[in-house]
Amino acid sequence: MNMLTEAAVERKLDTMDEQPAIKMRGENVTVHYGDTQALFDVNLDVPEKQVIALIGPSGCGKSTFLRCLNRMNDTIDICRVGGKITLDDENIYDPRIDVVELRARVGMVFQKPNPFPKSIFENVAYGPRIHGLASAKSDLDGIVETSLQKAGLWNEVKDRLHAPGTGLSGGQQQRLCIARAIAVSPEVILMDEPCSALDPIATAKIEELIDELRENYTIVIVTHSMQQAARVSQRTAMFHLGNLVEEGPTDKMFTNPEEKRTQDYITGRFG
Amino acid sequence: MTPGVLIIIVLVLTVAGYVLGRRRALALAKRDGARLHSLPGYYGQSVALFAAVPALLLLAAWLFLQPLLIENQVSTQIPNSAIPEGGARSLVMADVRRIADGLDRLVEAGSLGEDDLATMRADFSDIRGRLASIGVALGSNVSPAVFQAAKSYRSLNGTGSLLRNTAVIGVSLGLGFLAWRRVRPSMRARNTSETFIRALLMGSSLIAILTTFGIVGSLLFETIHFFRMYPAGEFFLSTVWNPQFRGGSTLGILPLLWGTFYVSFVALLLAVPIGLMVAVYLAEYSSKTLRSFAKPAIEVLAGIPTIVYGLFALITVGPLLRDWIAQPLGLGSSSSSVMTAGLVMGIMLIPFVSSLSDDIINAVPQAMREGSYGLGATQSETVRKVIMPAALPGIVGAVLLAASRAIGETMIVVMGAGAAARLGLNPFEAMTTVTVKIVSQLTGDTEFASPETLVAFALGLTLFVFTLGLNILALYIVRRYREQYE
Repeated sequence: MNMLTEAAVERKLDTMDEQPAIKMRGENVTVHYGDTQALFDVNLDVPEKQVIALIGPSGCGKSTFLRCLNRMNDTIDICRVGGKITLDDENIYDPRIDVVELRARVGMVFQKPNPFPKSIFENVAYGPRIHGLASAKSDLDGIVETSLQKAGLWNEVKDRLHAPGTGLSGGQQQRLCIARAIAVSPEVILMDEPCSALDPIATAKIEELIDELRENYTIVIVTHSMQQAARVSQRTAMFHLGNLVEEGPTDKMFTNPEEKRTQDYITGRFG
Repeated sequence: MTPGVLIIIVLVLTVAGYVLGRRRALALAKRDGARLHSLPGYYGQSVALFAAVPALLLLAAWLFLQPLLIENQVSTQIPNSAIPEGGARSLVMADVRRIADGLDRLVEAGSLGEDDLATMRADFSDIRGRLASIGVALGSNVSPAVFQAAKSYRSLNGTGSLLRNTAVIGVSLGLGFLAWRRVRPSMRARNTSETFIRALLMGSSLIAILTTFGIVGSLLFETIHFFRMYPAGEFFLSTVWNPQFRGGSTLGILPLLWGTFYVSFVALLLAVPIGLMVAVYLAEYSSKTLRSFAKPAIEVLAGIPTIVYGLFALITVGPLLRDWIAQPLGLGSSSSSVMTAGLVMGIMLIPFVSSLSDDIINAVPQAMREGSYGLGATQSETVRKVIMPAALPGIVGAVLLAASRAIGETMIVVMGAGAAARLGLNPFEAMTTVTVKIVSQLTGDTEFASPETLVAFALGLTLFVFTLGLNILALYIVRRYREQYE
C-alpha cells in the first residue's frame, strides 16, 4: 500500500464513502467449457465509474468471468454460461438482447495488443463506422482525434495517422486498442491483462490512463500484478479454482483480507 | 549381366558394408577400450553409403552415355553407299540395332555359335530368313555393310557392358573398402553420414531444377527452329489461325490466346466468387463437424480427372446451354461453346480457390476476430472489413494459382469449347485455346520439321511465359503484403 501517494489514498477513501451505483451485476454465474466447469456460482457487482480488479492465479476463472460480461464467450462453440448477468438491471443473456449492441456498450481490450492490419486512423474509425456514429467525414475525424487524445496517443501519432497501426510499439499499440474501444463510447471497458505484454514504462502509461478513464467509464481489469491491482483499482475481487474467494475495497483486500487464501496469494505464497 | 542384376549386386555389397563397418567399429572400440564417437550404426552407414551411392551414380551415367558413344562409333562405319536413296542414316541405324538384337537372340537360342558368327557373311547366308525365324522381321535383305555394322555394334556393346560391370562393382568394392578401413572409434561417423545425406538431398532437388531448365531449353530450341521458318511478327500479330497440310499456313496466335483468356475468364468468374464464399462459410460460419465433412467433400471435386469434366461438358452442360439459352436467344446453335467450357472449368476450379482461401482465412489470428467482435461488429462485418483485407494477399495467390490452372487446361476445352480458332465476343460460339492447338498440331499428320508442327513449341513457350508471369506475380503479391499482421 505504500506505493500509493497520500493523495491517492484520500481519493480512494472519498470514493468509498459515496457508495456508487452498481453498473453490472453477476448472479450465480456458472461457466462450462464442454464437460469442465470453469466458474462456480459467482456473485459479483461491478460499481459504476470505478476500477475493479480481478486477481487470482492462472486458470482461476477471472478471464472467463470477464469474457462473460460482454458475451465474448459466445464465440467459443463449447462454452455454456449459466446464471444471470445484468447491465443496468437488464439481463444481458436475455434472448432479446442484441449482442452486437451489448458489445458496443461493453468494450474490450485484450491481453496482446491486436490492432487491425490497417492505418492508425482506420483502426480507431472502425467502430464508429460500423455503428454509424459519424454522419460526416469531419465528425469521424473528431471522434478519432478525441479517442486518441483520451488514450494519450494523439501527440505521438497525429503526424502519421495513415501509417499502419501494426508499425507502432507494443505500448502504443495497446493504447491504440484502448482508443479503438473508446471510439464507440462504451459504458464499460473490460481489460484482460492489458499490460502483460508490455515493458514497465509502457505499463506505467497505461496505468495512468486507466486512472484517468475512470472519470467517464466503468472499468473491469484482470491482472496478474498485485502492484497493478493496488495502484489502479478501487475494488478487488480474488478468484481461485473457479470460485470467487473474496471481494472488497482494494485497500482492505491488500492490508486486511478476510480469507487466508487471499492473504497467501497476495503475499506470494501460491499462484 | 543386366543392369538389374548389377544393381542387386551393389545393394548386397551395401548391406555387407553396413554389417562389416558396424562390426569393425565395435571390435576396434573393444580392443582399444576407446569410446565410440557415434552410435555403431553410423559407422555401418558410412561404409554402406560409400559402397552404394558412387557406384549407382556411375551406373546411371554409364547407361546414359554408352548408347550415345557406340551409336556414333558405328554410324561412321556405314558408308554412304549403304544408305538407300531418299532414306536417312537414322533409319539404317535402327536396322543395325535390330539385327544386332536378333543376333543376340540367335546366340542365346543356341542356333548360332560365337565362332560361326565371326565368320558369317551377309552375302552368303540368309540372315533375313534366320532372323525372321526368331521373330525379328526385316524390310529387305541385309547388305554386307549393314551386317558388318551390326556385328561391330554387338561386340562394342558387349565390351561396353563388361567394362561397365567391372567398373561399377570395382567402385563399389573399392570405395566400400576404403571407407571400411577408415573406421576407427575416433572417426566422426555421425557427421560423415550427415554430410553425405545433405549432399544426397541437394542432388535430388537439383534434379527437379535441372528438369525445369531442360524443359525450357528444349521448348526454346524448337521455338527458335520454328521462327527460322515462320516470321515471328506474323505469329504474334496475325489474327488468323489456318494451318494447311501443304504449307502456306497462317499461324497467328491471337485467336488462340483470345480463346484461352475468354474461357479462363468465364471459369474464374464462376470459381472465384463461389470459391471465396465457400471458404468464408467453412472458415467462419460452419461448425467443426460440418467443416470436417464438407471440406474433404469439396476437395473431391479437385480429384476428378479433367476428362470426366470434359464428358460432363460434352453431354450435359453443352446441350443444356444450347437448348435453353443460346437457341432461344438466337445466339448460336453449337453445343460446344466458350460458356460450356468456362462453366465446367469453373466448377473444377472451385475447390482450388476454396481450399486454399479457407486455409488462409484460418491463418488470420483469432485476436483479429476478437478485436472486431469486441467492438460490436457482426460476423459478416468482421469478415468483410477485417478478415478479408488481412487474408487478401493469400487469396490473390489462390486466385492466380487457379488462373494458371485454367490457362493450362486442355481436356475440358477440347470437349466443351470445340477446336475452331475464332476471334469473337459471343460466348455461345465455339472457340479454342492454345493448349488444344498444341495437341492437335503435334499429333497431326504433317512432317515433324514443318512449321505446322513446330508451331506447337512456340505456342507452348508463349503459354509457359504467361503462366510463369502469373506465378511470379502471385509470389510477388504474397510476399509484398504478407507481413501485414505480425
